[in-house]
Amino acid sequence: MQLSPEDIGAIWLTLKLASVVTLLLILISTPIAWWLARTQSWLKSPINAIVAMPLVLPPTVLGFYLLILFGPEGAVGEFFDHLGWSPLPFSFSGLVVASMIYSLPFVVQPLQNAFIAIGDKPLEAAATLRASAWNRFIYIALPLAKPGYLSAAILGFAHTVGEFGVVLMIGGNIPDETRVISVQIYDHVEALDYTQAHSLSLLMVAFAFVTLVCLYSIQKRKKNTSIKGGIL
Amino acid sequence: MNKLLNNRLHITIKPPKNAQSRFYLDLDVSIPNTGVTALFGPSGSGKTTLLRYIAGLNNEIQGELRFRGDIWQNQRRTLASHKRPIGYVFQEANLFPHLTAQQNLDFAIKRADKTQSVIAYDEVIQLLNIEDILTRYPSQLSGGESQRVAIARALLIQPKLLLMDEPLAALDEGLKQEILPYLEKVCYQANIPIIYVSHALDEVIRLSDHMLVLEKGKVIEQGETSTLLGQLDSSFSTLQDASVVIAGKVTKQSIEWGLSWVEVHDQSIIVKTANEQIGDTLRLRIQSKDVSLSLSKQEDSSILNRLSAFIDDLCVDPKDASMVLVRLLIGEVPIMARVTALSAHNLSLAKGKSVIAQIKSVALLR
Repeated sequence: MQLSPEDIGAIWLTLKLASVVTLLLILISTPIAWWLARTQSWLKSPINAIVAMPLVLPPTVLGFYLLILFGPEGAVGEFFDHLGWSPLPFSFSGLVVASMIYSLPFVVQPLQNAFIAIGDKPLEAAATLRASAWNRFIYIALPLAKPGYLSAAILGFAHTVGEFGVVLMIGGNIPDETRVISVQIYDHVEALDYTQAHSLSLLMVAFAFVTLVCLYSIQKRKKNTSIKGGIL
Repeated sequence: MNKLLNNRLHITIKPPKNAQSRFYLDLDVSIPNTGVTALFGPSGSGKTTLLRYIAGLNNEIQGELRFRGDIWQNQRRTLASHKRPIGYVFQEANLFPHLTAQQNLDFAIKRADKTQSVIAYDEVIQLLNIEDILTRYPSQLSGGESQRVAIARALLIQPKLLLMDEPLAALDEGLKQEILPYLEKVCYQANIPIIYVSHALDEVIRLSDHMLVLEKGKVIEQGETSTLLGQLDSSFSTLQDASVVIAGKVTKQSIEWGLSWVEVHDQSIIVKTANEQIGDTLRLRIQSKDVSLSLSKQEDSSILNRLSAFIDDLCVDPKDASMVLVRLLIGEVPIMARVTALSAHNLSLAKGKSVIAQIKSVALLR
């Protein structure tokens, strides 16, 4: 298997992107998932739908709107320009934001399911043991939702690694900035360089397999301890 | 104001104005500051709802709740559950599954009220006999062991008021008998008021000093357990009393034998024909002492009335410990049987079991 320095760069960039996206997603998805799991509000269905949109929308549609939004004419673009920040399209930061939106349901849903699976009972017991709402979340909900967090992290990471459409639309093809593995493979194929494409593709297949094996073994263990939280 | 009265737990709940058919609580009671108070009533009477309200776990109910002069809820404010000095034992032990038994206890100890010591750690461990199981996780404990740990946990928060929601209901009869002595010791030794929810009269008799009888969200009886149980006109009469009255239509008559068939649910009770006609409604009184139970239909018996029924509930006769009162349902029609505790044991009578009720005699009330 032959990997060129450009390939190594793409792998490294992909891992960096997926790690940053997963970390940030876990942080912002926790309150969203907690709220969705426990609210009775009428807003629950619309918010659920918005979170799940990336599951059904073609990545190009998502990428297209983000490009307009982030562009010099878009609201976010103007805001960034106003603050003197560099524009988001065709930058690593832009890729992070776009990937977060794209992978959001893959992190929110396992967490939401895990929080639902905990149920009211342990939290009520904790409340009668003088644990405040924050205490109940930290000491009861978080540890009980641990398998859900593992699933969420694996799915978020893997899904970010595997994305292509959104990246192409918003990130383009800049080495070490936005050229991730999937784009690199596309380049190789365009250039009829099938050997290089094979090496990277095989790597992705192996990665996907290992990831899913990890996921399913977590879910199997979860089933044994009767806390569920996967979407697969 | 009277100091003793002031010390009690006062609860006032008015039914919501828009309540039509929905279940609601409607009561104004004060619960003594000592001993065990049983909240007793059939399922659906509102016992658990009331207990959860006292604990602050049901905040949909609007009412007034005052404990020893402290306001837990009124129109203006609601004190959060975790700020109320209570201990709560749930129907299912409800231990934290990710913590060992010891860690479950530590969760309480860490947050216990340091200003008062209801019961010492060693005493709790010894009282509930859980020393050997403390290193285990809840999934490795039996139902009875879990419940003992849960009771210990509720005591170690050093509550000023202990609430127990049918702590034995989820256990089978054997385990129940295993836990009861522990509960008795807890009730006896803990120097705090305890509110104990149950629909099982035998538990209430064994454990409680006072009782509130609830029905459809209202208190229909309250007082000392011993006094209440001795009263024939109390609401227990349906459970204790010698007889039940049921009504049914005459569906068939035999002139040859002089008998009438009275329909009860989809079965019939056969009575001596008097002057009724087919289609008339008769009211029959069946005394519990005239009902015996068997597990199979004995065709070679002289008793004509052998009806399939299932056991809805049973308890030790509060007036005579050697007898057991069994409430049976024929379809939805309740009848009572009074059998010896020995027979109940030999036939292993239990809730939900199907039996044949043999009715020796029936009185016509008309």
